[in-house]
Amino acid sequence: MKTEPVNAVSQTDSLGTEVKALLLGNIRDYAMYIALVVIFVIFTIATKGLFLSSRNLINLVNQTGYVAVLAIGMTLILIIRQIDLSVGFVAGFLGAVSAILLMKGWNVWLVIPTVLLCGIVVGVYQGFLVTKIKVPAFVTTLAGMFIFRGLLSLVTAGTGTIIVRNRTFLQLSNGYIPDLSWGARFDFHLLTLLIGIFLVIATIYSQVRNRRTMQRYNFQTTSTVIFVTKLVSLSALIMGIIWIMASYRGLPWTAVIVAVVLVIYNFVLTKTRFGRHIYAIGGNTEAAELSGIKVDRVTLLVFASMGLLAALSGMLYTSRLASATPTAGVGFELDAIASSYIGGVSVSGGVGRVTNTIIGALVIMSLTNGMNLLGVDISFQYVVKGLIFILAVAFDVTTGNRR
Amino acid sequence: MTDYILEMKGITKEFPGVKALDDVGFKVRQGEIHCLVGENGAGKSTLMKVLSGVYPFGTYRGEIVINGEIQQFRHISDSERQGIAIIYQELALFPELSIYENIFMGHEIMNGIVIDWNETILQASKVLERVGLELDPATKIKDLGVGQRQLVEIAKALSKDVHLLILDEPTAALNEDDSENLLNLLRELKEQGVTSIMISHKLKEVVSIADTITVLRDGKVVCSLDAQERQISEQEIIRHMVGREIENIYPKREGIEPGEVIFELKNWSVTDRTSRREILHSVNLQVRRGEIVALAGLMGAGRTELALSLFGNVSGYEITSGEMYLNGKQVQFKHPSEAIAQGMAYVTEDRKANGLILIQDVKFNVSLPALSKLARGLVVNEHEEIIMANEYRESLDIRTPSVQTMVGTLSGGNQQKTSLAKWLFAEPSLLILDEPTRGIDVGAKFEIYTLMNQLVEQGMSIIMISSELLEVLGMSDRLYIMSEGTITGELAVEDATEEKVMAMATKTGEGVAG
Repeated sequence: MKTEPVNAVSQTDSLGTEVKALLLGNIRDYAMYIALVVIFVIFTIATKGLFLSSRNLINLVNQTGYVAVLAIGMTLILIIRQIDLSVGFVAGFLGAVSAILLMKGWNVWLVIPTVLLCGIVVGVYQGFLVTKIKVPAFVTTLAGMFIFRGLLSLVTAGTGTIIVRNRTFLQLSNGYIPDLSWGARFDFHLLTLLIGIFLVIATIYSQVRNRRTMQRYNFQTTSTVIFVTKLVSLSALIMGIIWIMASYRGLPWTAVIVAVVLVIYNFVLTKTRFGRHIYAIGGNTEAAELSGIKVDRVTLLVFASMGLLAALSGMLYTSRLASATPTAGVGFELDAIASSYIGGVSVSGGVGRVTNTIIGALVIMSLTNGMNLLGVDISFQYVVKGLIFILAVAFDVTTGNRR
Repeated sequence: MTDYILEMKGITKEFPGVKALDDVGFKVRQGEIHCLVGENGAGKSTLMKVLSGVYPFGTYRGEIVINGEIQQFRHISDSERQGIAIIYQELALFPELSIYENIFMGHEIMNGIVIDWNETILQASKVLERVGLELDPATKIKDLGVGQRQLVEIAKALSKDVHLLILDEPTAALNEDDSENLLNLLRELKEQGVTSIMISHKLKEVVSIADTITVLRDGKVVCSLDAQERQISEQEIIRHMVGREIENIYPKREGIEPGEVIFELKNWSVTDRTSRREILHSVNLQVRRGEIVALAGLMGAGRTELALSLFGNVSGYEITSGEMYLNGKQVQFKHPSEAIAQGMAYVTEDRKANGLILIQDVKFNVSLPALSKLARGLVVNEHEEIIMANEYRESLDIRTPSVQTMVGTLSGGNQQKTSLAKWLFAEPSLLILDEPTRGIDVGAKFEIYTLMNQLVEQGMSIIMISSELLEVLGMSDRLYIMSEGTITGELAVEDATEEKVMAMATKTGEGVAG
């Protein structure tokens, strides 16, 4: 088959044609952003602006936090064509463990690493079953669902809900970063604003650098107009969010934690050998193995990372509720899986980006948040989320087939 | 003047950016065997998909006339109703089901609302007899060889009362015996009045069986040759296919003397853990520096299993005895990564199934086995990666818009070159090529042979597993012949003839050690 060079688009064709081609080529990504905007607009109108208030947006960020970190771990799991159904109850159980340890008087700086380590142990246990014993992940983690649900009930059986009083721990999901000492003079959060400006500069710098590289190798790039439009809107978006936070009480710790996790995972996936190996395994496991990739080892590590993030998620949730409850974690795995798929992870594996998964998590949690504001019944919420989820995947499958 | 069973007139089929078929006229006479040939991507399969209704009426221009009537197929079932059956290269059988269940899958013989199994089995035996397959119809497909499965597919088509049988590369996966059987069956069916259209890359078969040969190139019909009027030569077909003359299919290598032994296998025996069956019996072989050693034999002789057991043994076979020496050291590999590190590379038989990652781009695939060469610590240097991939793209002439094009969109020949680039980047001293030219066109084959010659001239050693006898005789310095997991013979290429090799390849039950 003859393949005509598509690179020529940027030089010869008009802007309109390019915009059209760009939209068609990345329809999956844009659809996700459009969906998010639509959800925002609908809820803002329906709640008469309450949805878009600083207070609620901060609330949304804190709510999204524990699902977002789970979804990041789940993205890796799904890329290598595995599944982890146990994460919800693992998070619930480990959240309860952190509450118990705090109640017993452990130092919070000892509790956090201990619980994270427990998460890794849980992940390694499930990863071991999947890779060495060759029990399919679906079965392994379904069993895990039973086990950790049981363990959660066991540890909360005596006391019922365990209240957390540790101030530092509560900051995780309820606190804000401190301001600079001389920032108090302004009626906005100065450090938050400075972070925002730094983020915008860093984004522009990396995008421009990336574009230069692409051009150097004669790869297809967008025209200058589109590129600048993209940069301006991206910067405006970042500054918009930052401004909302800065004019309230500043950046929540949850946002910082999620951002750190996101940056690390994005770096690992896109820049390192380990990341390449993950995509290779998802793309074709057998070919990856024959190319010298130790599939079992990578799989085990991905499950271990999932356990680690489940532990983090559990602590964020416990901190948010200021307590560990016997029902914590119910349905988290569904939110995490849905976030990943809405964020464009391929149902057949090998494709997916954690940056998009975060958007997916925002879609899911905006729905939850907005419907809560409207007082929609929880049962109906499940139906709506399920429909959005299946719509995203169906869309993915049909557009993917045409590619 | 014979009647035409099928006439396709002015067929034009476009995909975004590509005209796959351009005003194609194609006529098939009643009761003939009509071969359709052309390089990969010439439009053969597209034409057959238009004919069978895979591309429904309305997605192409032109008309299809069958027995004088214009047809508008919207679905494969429409063309089946007109007595057209297609048998694809990748067989569509259910391995866990029996032969008779497979034959009547989709058009079960009913008795009221239940399946009439007795009648089914009876009819299945009849149609099996017609294709010359003397097997119990209750045998499961997974217990059949590739050749037998192909016959089951034909039996299935016959059970639907077919008038026009379309076969897409039916002999690509078959050994010479099975191929000959299949061709004889087509001749018999012709006697019974069944018309066949056969797509094939094996020109030797084409000239022996065809009544008419139609050559496609770049979506256009180059010519239709009447093979009943005069004998058509392979050279003539190739000339029409590629639009130029290929002097010699196998390029000559400068007379270099093979050097010292760099790879040796002694008494290598391997057992399959699940079936507890010994699949390789005391294999001994040697490879010298700068030598192409062929492993000839029939499908299922154990050659791929041998390669896999050497190359890190991912199938988890039990190696019951034997020693392996590479570059003078005794080695044993627990994982392909160890084999790669010691200078071994294995280009798999089926590049789509376990060779390439089709949803990733060219550079991703090429850098995969030797990523550490591009990494500082854990981080991959993407600039170096692009430069490296572009070097291979140029030196191997991989025809792709850029190195960030998805491999799955490339043609078979260019995918195979990508596979080779990937392993050359790992800088092996011993390269194992498993069926290196399967399913790729004549032009790309020549390029791959030329590359193999360059590599051995640079001092690399190659083990070439091939079921194509002419390729084995044309390319190797020395050949081992395998049958049923045993090396049944070793020949210098000067002493080898097709007859000698076939005799050794079909030798069974003798000289089996252990």
